[in-house]
Amino acid sequence: MGLEFLEGNEAIARGAMKAQCDFFAGYPITPASSILHYMLELVPQIGGTAIQAEDEIASMGFCIAAAMAGRKALTATSGPGISLYSENVGLAIMGETPLVIVNIQRQGPATGSATKGAEGDIQFTRWVTSGGLPVIALSPATVEEAYELTYRAFNLAEQYRTPVFILASKEIGVTRESVDLDAIPLPPLVKRRKVSAGNSDLPHNFQSLRDVPAMSEFGGDHIARYTTSTHDKAAYLTTNPDVIQEMIDHYTAKIDEAADDMALVKKDKQEGAETLIISYGIISRSATVAVREARAQGARVSTLVLQTLWPVPRKAILSAMDGIKKVIVPEMNMGQYLLEIERLAPAGIEVRGINKMNTKLISPEEILKESGL
Amino acid sequence: MSERTHTTYMTDKLGPLPFCPGCGHSMFIKALDKALVRLQPDPKEVVIVTDIGCIGLADRYFITNAFHGLHGRAITYACGLKLARPELTVIAIMGDGGCGIGGTHLLNVARRNIGITLLVANNFNYGMTGGQHSVTTPALGVTSTTPWGNIEYPMDLCGTTAAAGGSWVYRTTAFERELPHILAQAIDQTGFAMLEIWELCTAYYAPRNKVKKKELYELLENYNLKLGLIASNSRPEYSVQYREAYEAGKTVVKEKPKIEPGYASPVSKQTGIIIAGSAGQKIKSTATLFAQASMLSGLQATQKDDYPITVMTGHSLAEVILSADTIEYTGIDVPDFFILLSEDGLKRARTTIESLPETSVLYAEESLELPEVKAKVIKLPFLQTAKEVTGPTAAVIAMGAMLQDSGLFPVQAFEKAISTFQRSNIAEKNLKALQAGTALANPQKK
Repeated sequence: MGLEFLEGNEAIARGAMKAQCDFFAGYPITPASSILHYMLELVPQIGGTAIQAEDEIASMGFCIAAAMAGRKALTATSGPGISLYSENVGLAIMGETPLVIVNIQRQGPATGSATKGAEGDIQFTRWVTSGGLPVIALSPATVEEAYELTYRAFNLAEQYRTPVFILASKEIGVTRESVDLDAIPLPPLVKRRKVSAGNSDLPHNFQSLRDVPAMSEFGGDHIARYTTSTHDKAAYLTTNPDVIQEMIDHYTAKIDEAADDMALVKKDKQEGAETLIISYGIISRSATVAVREARAQGARVSTLVLQTLWPVPRKAILSAMDGIKKVIVPEMNMGQYLLEIERLAPAGIEVRGINKMNTKLISPEEILKESGL
Repeated sequence: MSERTHTTYMTDKLGPLPFCPGCGHSMFIKALDKALVRLQPDPKEVVIVTDIGCIGLADRYFITNAFHGLHGRAITYACGLKLARPELTVIAIMGDGGCGIGGTHLLNVARRNIGITLLVANNFNYGMTGGQHSVTTPALGVTSTTPWGNIEYPMDLCGTTAAAGGSWVYRTTAFERELPHILAQAIDQTGFAMLEIWELCTAYYAPRNKVKKKELYELLENYNLKLGLIASNSRPEYSVQYREAYEAGKTVVKEKPKIEPGYASPVSKQTGIIIAGSAGQKIKSTATLFAQASMLSGLQATQKDDYPITVMTGHSLAEVILSADTIEYTGIDVPDFFILLSEDGLKRARTTIESLPETSVLYAEESLELPEVKAKVIKLPFLQTAKEVTGPTAAVIAMGAMLQDSGLFPVQAFEKAISTFQRSNIAEKNLKALQAGTALANPQKK
């Protein structure tokens, strides 16, 4: 127990270490570089390996292979680095590789503004790789959540055998806050399920599509196979359309069908409210202030803060929209998660985005003004 | 090592090797099997990592572990496996194409000396995608993308790897009778080993350029490239070095002191403070101490910094928010206090300063020429005082003066933060600075 004054990037590194992360590879990029620094210091202390790779592609290559050889791996970058991770994210999805990828978002596109905040990589994360299969992404709003969600991301990675993204931003990564990390309640650590000696050595063994196969690791009790090519449960290349579809259905079902089980949201529903603000990340804190002020003025307004962005926490969103006439979605981008809300909103509900992408936070006043509260 | 003696490391489960008749890949892969039989490793402790291209079909024909990854990245997976489990024998197989797209990985694995074995099947073109030219296509070589003959100079893979520090580098051909022996030698190296195997692509490069075994050897002569060992320098493998460097360099990690509130603060509303100055004025670290001091007084705090990427020049600005309750919105739309220490800071924050309302207080270094502002302005000789105290102490002096005036929390809390979180020699100076700062403030009060 104890208070500290920490930046989000340190909280992320500490959350990873709490989850027993023992492998890190990354490449310097503002505003994520300090995660690389923290991990280079922390990981060897527990006998693990942390390395600065020659580029982002190598960072992901190292992490994927290390994860398949029994390590709990983390990598961290910003939007431009995610572009370079893209192809390997597809490999990690196909190979069912547990791995945590941190994106400390900054103003884009391209090099953009290295030291300025934005949350412009929301749909990019969902559709980060060719083939368009689902990913898991969590979005912290505070330094404490950066710690907690990084820890949880490792659990989700193990539980669903898939890469999990932390979608933070410069506004969280390099902002210091008063925190007491030890006081944050955490779920038990999810242990990796491994194929045991004598059992089937199928690297992608599932009965029902939603099953998450036990891991067959390199250097383990079985011969392990891993491939970037379209393959069957044994990780042998296949051209059989039925087998191919079954594998694709499996990758999709294990994430999408578990969306409501893994959903992390914070809801604050007010009786009689007809306006709902749905937000995530740093802007959810502006929304919280706006709602507090609006209520103090006698307005009725509900709020839903999403910590899980992908897969979409469908049930929570639909339930929050019950009885609502207007949904406001403030985002530090030109309207990305808005698309999901529009898709889910029943007919007759007005959905409006508040969008700003000029490196400045959206203030509570702007939310109040734009949403007519 | 497994107890059992392996007479082959290949499986016939998938039928014969899939390569074209006469393709060098078949000769190479069969030789690799013989090499493994010589070495008799436990198949569970061997990983064959393949790249994309025809040669990328090879891994599945072995009874060892298999990792087939993205084009050009085989080296990265091989390195990841080796870093994670140094006890594994990791063999990466790729073509000349992979050496082009993944050139940086080749340079870096050689430089780092990660103990993988890299086997490059060099057949001078991209066989799988239709015979396009690669980084090793000889000059004038005809390929589907160099129809008038290649005008790019071919890359000397072994020479390049050796120049990058490769600890064991060897060139041979698929026709070499001792190939299994050479392969076994490559696999047996402790550090990074790179073996380049010149081959014929019987589908494209060989027929298009009328290259057979004889012409292949002539090519070597034309480019003055020798067969055999190109480089051999033994140095410690990366994982061994990593552990040694860590053990030798590690310092006892002291747990950072925690913040235990022991003071009280009258602050009830969220209070925004901006301090702006120049690089070297310790703006950021002083703001952090100030925030920690507020936490010692039971407040919550946030801090954001703004500075150019060239950190040792130009402006430096820190925004601190203090609050008795949880801080939600971390922006400061209207600062309650603005501390200005230099021209750089003024330049950076001019708009904010000009729009400060009457309710805000601007503490400014007295030598600065200020724009017209509505805020209450307090000009004090922060820089001169810092000179007297010595050291980069203007920020502590200014924040001390502001703290004394505003009473946001006790000055003692700032003292405590300085002595708890700073090294003693720096703390000593800053405590003096704090004293000087509080003395500057509101002298009539004392």
